[in-house]
Amino acid sequence: MKNKHVNAVIVGAGAGGGVVAKELSVAGLSVVLFERGGWATYDDHDHDEIFSQRTTLLGNAYGPDNERHRRVRVLPNGEEVVLLPSEGGYANNAACVGSGTVSYGAMGWRFMPEDFKMKSVYGTVEGSTLDDWPITYEDLEPYYEKAEWEIGVAGDDSQNPFSPPRKKPQPMPPFEHNKEAQILESAARRLGYHPFPIPMLRNSIPYGGRPQCYRIRTCVGFACPVNAKCGTHNTVIPVALNTKNCELRTHSVVNEILVDDSGNITGVSYFDDRKKRQIQTADIVIVSASATETARLLLNSKSTFFPNGIGNENDWVGRNLQGHAYCGAYGIFDEDIYDDRGPGASVAVCDFNHHNPGIIGGGVLCNEFLRLPYLFTGIRPPNSPSWGAEHKKFQRTNFKRVGQVIGPYQEIPMFEARIDVDPRIKDYWGIPVGRLSGNLSMKDAEGTEFMAGMAERWLIEAGASSVWKTGIVRGPRPVSGGQHQAGTCRMGNDPKTSVCDRYGRVHGTPNLFVADGSLHVTNGGFNPVLTIMALGFWIGEYITSEWRKGNRFK
Amino acid sequence: MNSTFISRRKFIKLVALSSGSLLLLPRCSNSFNPAWRFFTAEEASLVDAIVEQIIPTDEWMGAKDAGVTNFIDKQLVTHLSRFQNKYREGLYSLAITCQELYHKKFHELPWDDQTEFLKKIENGSHNELTSIHGRYEGGRIWNGGDDRSFFRLIRDHTMAGFYGSPRHGGNRKYVSYRMIGLNYPVIQGRNKHV
Repeated sequence: MKNKHVNAVIVGAGAGGGVVAKELSVAGLSVVLFERGGWATYDDHDHDEIFSQRTTLLGNAYGPDNERHRRVRVLPNGEEVVLLPSEGGYANNAACVGSGTVSYGAMGWRFMPEDFKMKSVYGTVEGSTLDDWPITYEDLEPYYEKAEWEIGVAGDDSQNPFSPPRKKPQPMPPFEHNKEAQILESAARRLGYHPFPIPMLRNSIPYGGRPQCYRIRTCVGFACPVNAKCGTHNTVIPVALNTKNCELRTHSVVNEILVDDSGNITGVSYFDDRKKRQIQTADIVIVSASATETARLLLNSKSTFFPNGIGNENDWVGRNLQGHAYCGAYGIFDEDIYDDRGPGASVAVCDFNHHNPGIIGGGVLCNEFLRLPYLFTGIRPPNSPSWGAEHKKFQRTNFKRVGQVIGPYQEIPMFEARIDVDPRIKDYWGIPVGRLSGNLSMKDAEGTEFMAGMAERWLIEAGASSVWKTGIVRGPRPVSGGQHQAGTCRMGNDPKTSVCDRYGRVHGTPNLFVADGSLHVTNGGFNPVLTIMALGFWIGEYITSEWRKGNRFK
Repeated sequence: MNSTFISRRKFIKLVALSSGSLLLLPRCSNSFNPAWRFFTAEEASLVDAIVEQIIPTDEWMGAKDAGVTNFIDKQLVTHLSRFQNKYREGLYSLAITCQELYHKKFHELPWDDQTEFLKKIENGSHNELTSIHGRYEGGRIWNGGDDRSFFRLIRDHTMAGFYGSPRHGGNRKYVSYRMIGLNYPVIQGRNKHV
């Protein structure tokens, strides 16, 4: 049976797509929202560290599954390996309704004004495609506010002297620090840092009809058992579905954006939950499948009008793939600092985000999410035994005594760091898989060394007797990605050096939009989800306001 | 990796020549134990001994008693079935290397010899080791691929079995959670939807 034509199809029900679905369906547009996974349930994975989204030893608890998905990675020596989604190099993002927002750690950061104009602030960086965004912080500020209030953020930016200007406070008060964060907070003040509570997409008080967080240790990597974590799956997507204008099609895998004989984009082709190929036509197509999968879909949509894939005339789709270079330090304290109050990450400083001499960008430093027992087996000072009696003893002696400070260092975008489509390997549906290749910049070495040094200093001041640094870039490293993946369809004013315009529309097409981290020109020194949500509101509002004016994006 | 893997027949000949004893071969032994899903009884004894070295018994239960072999065995027919060959070849190589060096099965060695032996495997030194008797092609004893990678694998799975959730067949009686001092369930009566 033929699917009924709709106003818009949205590919991917994550942070970006969920928001756009809500904006469009509330405005009266008919919407089909595609999601390759299904609804995630907490009960299937409760407290199970080794089958979570954080530690994927037995698979990705919230998708994608190892059976049907593959990806290729080209190693620095040129060798190609085929990877499963639960394996390290895959650069995975969750596949379920809400995507990463179901199981994330839920930090709700705004980028800083400098993060939108990195080239203006730091100049041209040789070998890098570092550039300004075509929009500013001021453009996005009202949409950050929408994201904070409609999805829900607990925080108090007034305690952070480096916080960007805002019109309205965050809707919920910040969380109380756990013990580790209390110790680190006073140490930070002694050092002249400016500590403040991390903004969290998590209910510090009942909000949005959902209860308050009860602070379990199994938070990051897990769905919330009491629904206190705020994602698109329990906020904007239900709102969209309640309008009756939005249909959510789960377990449906979009394989191609369709183009008619005149070069117009007419909808998408997809495999339904029974692997049957179907067509869904629409006036507008919005792709929000994550930086890796959005690029893959555009590149897999080849036609006489788009022989190299849609939006790819200048070979920019899939380029500049960025994640974050996580760096920081561990310290062993003489007393227990672990008080079992989850999720752990609680105190932050933005002293190292910008304007540190010689450092491009930088990043926020935070105390880390609670380390769970299996993860902790890999946390040892350098040159410690990794097994045997001593390893076991360290585990029980120091599990509650090791503190960690870490932060997402802003990577410098590289044209060669990319995802394209593998010519040979196909997934379960016969769709060519993504192929990751290219190295990241060695310029990140100085910045990560600097941040790790500041983290180490912080831990020492807090009383740690033995400290060691982690995550310093010391040699060529392959492209990252993972949950913070971004940059592959960057927005820009010049179609020759970008894929989308300032509203996320693919250059040269009237009705094809991108709404996810792919748009990020640079990825900030922060967890990027609130920015992806804000872009969803920004793009959603552009489409609906044009629609009301009679623009049908022909 | 199969190209460097000596044939079963050659192996029998070599063992017979070098030590005069016949090691029971995994797949042609009649010691099939229905308690295991993937491992043979012989392999399971070997795994018991290896995981006990990785997490030994002290005032708390060790990996063997905590059911880590059961955990690995269970995962090898479910989530981690892609590692079946690695285990079969790795254990086989470890067994013949041990036989060659010590003329004993691994689990029959004294504790400290076991530790020394595993340290060599962890450091990959068996890849470099020349046969004592010099009878092997290429002069190598370890023929199961990269010995370091096999050790890393079994070490990682041992940690997961001991420190991960008991629902997967290890961490018997929540031993690692009790040892560390973590409550489980996380909060009484609150580990389901409220």
